[in-house]
Amino acid sequence: MTPALEVRNLRKTFGGGRSLTGKPLPAVHAVRDVSLSVRTGETLGIVGESGCGKSTLARMLVGLLKQTEGEIAIEGKNLSDQMGDPAAFGRLIQYVFQDPISSLNPRKTIREILEAPLIHLLGMDESSRKARIAELFEAVNLRREFLSRYPHEFSGGQAQRIGIARALAAAPRILVLDEPVSALDVSVQAQVLNLLADLRQAMDLTYLFISHDLAVVEAVSDSVAVLYFGRVVEVGRAEAIFTTPRHPYTDLLAGSAPIVGRDLGRTESQAVELPDPLRPPPGCAFAARCPKVTALCRDKVPAMEAFSEHHEAACHHPN
Amino acid sequence: MHLYVLKRLLAIVPILIGLTVIVFAIMALIPGDPATAILGSYATPENVEKLNRSLGLDKSVFEQYFIWLGNLLQGDLGRSYSLNRPVLDEVLERFSATLILAGAALLLCTVWGLLIGIWTAARQYGWTDKILTFVVLIGISVPSFWLGLLLILLFSVQWRVLPASGMFAIYGGGDLPDLLRHLILPAVTLSVVATGVIARLTRSAMLEVLRQDFVRTARAKGVPESSVLYRHAFKAALVSVIPVIGIQAGFVLGGAVYIETVFQWPGVGRMLVQAISTRDILLVQGGVVVVAGSYVLFNLLADLAQSWLDPRVKT
Amino acid sequence: MTTLKLIARNHLAAFGGIVLLLVVLVALLVPFLPIVDPDLTDPANRLKRPFSEGALLGTDHLGRDLLARLLWGTQLSLVVGAAAAVIAAVIGSAIGIVAGYFGGRTDSLIMRGIDMLMAFPYILLALAIVAVLGPGLLNALYAVAIVNIPFFARNIRGVTVSLAHREFVDAARLSGMNDWQIIRSEILPNVLPVIVIAMSTTIGWMILETAGLSFLGLGSQPPQADLGSMLGEGRKLLITAPHASIVPGVMIFIIVMSVNLLGDGIRDALDPRLRSGALSRPAAATRVERAETPAKTEDAEALLKVDGLRTEFRLGNRAYRAVGGVDFAVRAGECLGIIGESGSGKSVTALSLLGLVASPPGMITGGAVRIDGADTLSMNGEALRRLRGGKVAYVFQDPLATLHPLYRIGDQMVEAIRCHRPMAKQAAWDHAVSLLEQVRIPNAAFRAKAYPHELSGGMRQRVGIALALVNDPELLILDEPTTALDVTVQAQVLALLDDLRRERNLAMVFITHDFGVVSQLCDRVAVMYAGRIVETGPTEAVLESPSHPYTKRLIACVPELGGGRRALSAIPGLPPPVDDLPAGCAFAPRCDKASEQCRKGDIPLEGSEARAVRCLQPEGAAA
Repeated sequence: MTPALEVRNLRKTFGGGRSLTGKPLPAVHAVRDVSLSVRTGETLGIVGESGCGKSTLARMLVGLLKQTEGEIAIEGKNLSDQMGDPAAFGRLIQYVFQDPISSLNPRKTIREILEAPLIHLLGMDESSRKARIAELFEAVNLRREFLSRYPHEFSGGQAQRIGIARALAAAPRILVLDEPVSALDVSVQAQVLNLLADLRQAMDLTYLFISHDLAVVEAVSDSVAVLYFGRVVEVGRAEAIFTTPRHPYTDLLAGSAPIVGRDLGRTESQAVELPDPLRPPPGCAFAARCPKVTALCRDKVPAMEAFSEHHEAACHHPN
Repeated sequence: MHLYVLKRLLAIVPILIGLTVIVFAIMALIPGDPATAILGSYATPENVEKLNRSLGLDKSVFEQYFIWLGNLLQGDLGRSYSLNRPVLDEVLERFSATLILAGAALLLCTVWGLLIGIWTAARQYGWTDKILTFVVLIGISVPSFWLGLLLILLFSVQWRVLPASGMFAIYGGGDLPDLLRHLILPAVTLSVVATGVIARLTRSAMLEVLRQDFVRTARAKGVPESSVLYRHAFKAALVSVIPVIGIQAGFVLGGAVYIETVFQWPGVGRMLVQAISTRDILLVQGGVVVVAGSYVLFNLLADLAQSWLDPRVKT
Repeated sequence: MTTLKLIARNHLAAFGGIVLLLVVLVALLVPFLPIVDPDLTDPANRLKRPFSEGALLGTDHLGRDLLARLLWGTQLSLVVGAAAAVIAAVIGSAIGIVAGYFGGRTDSLIMRGIDMLMAFPYILLALAIVAVLGPGLLNALYAVAIVNIPFFARNIRGVTVSLAHREFVDAARLSGMNDWQIIRSEILPNVLPVIVIAMSTTIGWMILETAGLSFLGLGSQPPQADLGSMLGEGRKLLITAPHASIVPGVMIFIIVMSVNLLGDGIRDALDPRLRSGALSRPAAATRVERAETPAKTEDAEALLKVDGLRTEFRLGNRAYRAVGGVDFAVRAGECLGIIGESGSGKSVTALSLLGLVASPPGMITGGAVRIDGADTLSMNGEALRRLRGGKVAYVFQDPLATLHPLYRIGDQMVEAIRCHRPMAKQAAWDHAVSLLEQVRIPNAAFRAKAYPHELSGGMRQRVGIALALVNDPELLILDEPTTALDVTVQAQVLALLDDLRRERNLAMVFITHDFGVVSQLCDRVAVMYAGRIVETGPTEAVLESPSHPYTKRLIACVPELGGGRRALSAIPGLPPPVDDLPAGCAFAPRCDKASEQCRKGDIPLEGSEARAVRCLQPEGAAA
């Protein structure tokens, strides 16, 4: 079966090039050699902390950003040459933003916001637009009278529903959800997550769910990819990742999440953080924080290695 | 830090080049024939052609520009036909008078602008604030050339305490006290608008900064209120005020045109107005290049002052 | 229109608006007014004084009627100034929007050009342009407009750049809109208020400048006269006939002043920050207006005792009751967690303890905060200052915004030390470095010389903690100190706080929204909802057997690692707005156990001091 989304060796470098005098300019490799594949109807969770390149990756997947290298195919259709042109992607893949309020133009009514994709992507006439908007609003459980209001009149949870309705308007096959609930309170988070789960079933959608919160990712994902410093360090079925993590970073991430009833994890006593993106280390980016580090790790970037059919990790000394 | 200074210095080179291009282009666009302007309308065609050749006007525009630029770099701005002396000599002489006037005005507006801004911000909605804010609004609304006339009427005509015009007294003047007496009215007049602009901006910058989280941190660590105001808030506000002081230097240098006309101050502004009316192109060109060039340098100073104050700028 | 109302409420702006309206009306009606021809010379009646017969404002050196010339001149000046403003605004804004939206090469090319124009002192450039075009009113108009284009271009570019990176612009691109459609429907409507503000604050300038050029003889040419050239003509007779220059000058002043007053009013009405009163200066301490101070309750052990604390925000005629009567106590060495969702009043509670709520609009309207028995809300400025950063210290959420950007972190710590005790600079610096070591900052002596922006988020928060510890406080108030951090860094910082607490026997008030954090760090917990504590008790007891339905359901919402794929539970509805709280229990509208009784009257926080709940039908109790 063709996967819903297939990404090969995607890479994004910011800056770089040469100055007028021929001196190389500093370059940040935000995303390096990311390959992913998502089956139709499934949810791929992408986990990572700030600076891991998850937002850059997401923006490339929906075509907002042009890749430096690499290929992307949606439902078998190669779109690699059209990256940087979101209109080409819009009918296949859409994006739900982290900050629900700032993703809505404060000077447009909700109806105007929802009409834009119907006009520009689908070229619908007025009566079919009306019907489609009613259908969308029903799907995300919002009342019709909201349509003539402006974004600032809504709470975060309601605004995120509107954001989801906007993303669904052009009937895409895939949604990229970029931290869709991290700006929301916990009591509202679940409302949105459950809505997303219902929609996926009802519309046979495929999700890429990006989050820093391991617990949320576990609750929604079929498979999971862990990102660190621009690379995928571990990828596999969700159960496998959470029961037998192979990469020490996945371990650290799971051990760091504050959990009711668990003692403070003494995972790292020293203050160690990400390497300098302008001067990345030659070997494994996690080496400086890794309890199992050896000389090999500092020298050589580990390659992806398969542990089972659907479980891979990039580590010289996997668990 | 040194690297940053060097970078900034290099960055003004294209601006200076652009400036000479604009000045040259403007002057090249002036309709009419300079030779005719110089020789009068009864000149013979041969004479006109001869003069054109000696002025280099028979060459292409590009060649003319590079010749002009080359001469400029050697300090040769040509010869003013209306004054019959080298443009550079005239411009430098006049410009020194303008620098005295503009420098005094800039000093006044910076000091008073900052003081009024801080006072009004510290006493927001108090009487001091209300009165000063209104006075400042009057200051930025009053035409400076008219204010100059009013001051002359009051201080020179009515009360006869200060001289109405010129830089030195005609008889027995020429020393520093004499210069200062002549300087007071034009410098004050020239500084009024800029004072108002700086004061308004300082006030709003202070109020903005006082709302910020790091001011709350300062209070939370027990910093005395005066220190919160002057050490924490003022320094942060200054970062956004300094560029405006740089811009005000431009207003003051330009505004000098009016003030020099009103007070008959022998500066470059008055020279320019006269040169425009006599169509003495080389003189206009020279004056504009020198004033604009010095303004670019002043803005460079403002930039460096800002980067010295704000470590975030350098990166 | 609220904007118009806001302008009208601002007396000065309204006054300016009315004056301007009158001037404009007169200028419009000039052709129909019974005045003499402004260009009619009458040498016999030259230089008549104002209020003389047949010439209300006198006559000029050619015997022309000054009133007539003034009215026609006003019309001309207004038209020219307004036209220059419109031209500059349209061209400048278009340039700014294009540069800001497209960015990259387009942007740098355009802005370099603008920089070149700005390299000329303002009026000098106008002079040069007039020199090219030749004197004349229309040319003066062009000159003034061109000179002002860079101002608009720069301003509008700045706003556009920030808009172009907003998410709704990405959303529009994903909706299939092309660049010009986005500029028209997403950027322009949001930039328009800024253009209007920029125009209303510069139109006065432009009137002044065109008048100035005419004054120099480079604008309107005789016999046509705008106000500037009238002034220029009058200047020559300054001593013999001062009225000839005073009259047009007064008119220019009136126009510009009224334009500026109105412009300020428009700016204030359109600027959202000014609208919410955000630009008023916060006082050194929160204003306190209490009807009475609650009596001292006996609790000898308590380091911090809060009774009936109420804090409101007053905006316009609405009162937002952020904190509506909060009581709690913290003993020496104890860590109390205050947990709640956004808007629950937990942060305002923390800031109220030492009067750090910005005021206006904040105001403490009731209660007492006693530290070692002394009420901080009735302390004078100096006593409160000694307490702040001395016995009680704060750690805030976002360390990039909460540290001063222009001072080295070591200097900020030295200042905090020397505000409280006399210590030589070097000794204070050494002390600061040793504290940076204690919060486990690698290479502390070197990092002390760094500026906040040079450190990572985790490092900055360690600095924030070190800064709080400089004077050996007994109580630390931490307002969401780890919320902005990544989980792995959060774990490091929490471990650090736990160690410090044990080493120094620190008492803590820890504000958070995260149950996991509370459970790992706090001895006791208080749960807040809509400005009040709804449940309090030992952390383990509250988390294991919550009594309040809100606590119970909130805990159920938190996704926990190890649960596998599942549906999560949610609480339907939203917390009530704090300017319109329901009677009775604030949670009743979302609670499935709520009865009639729950919706009326005040429900007390009942139980022992160790374990209390604000509910009529607590969980686990017999129904």
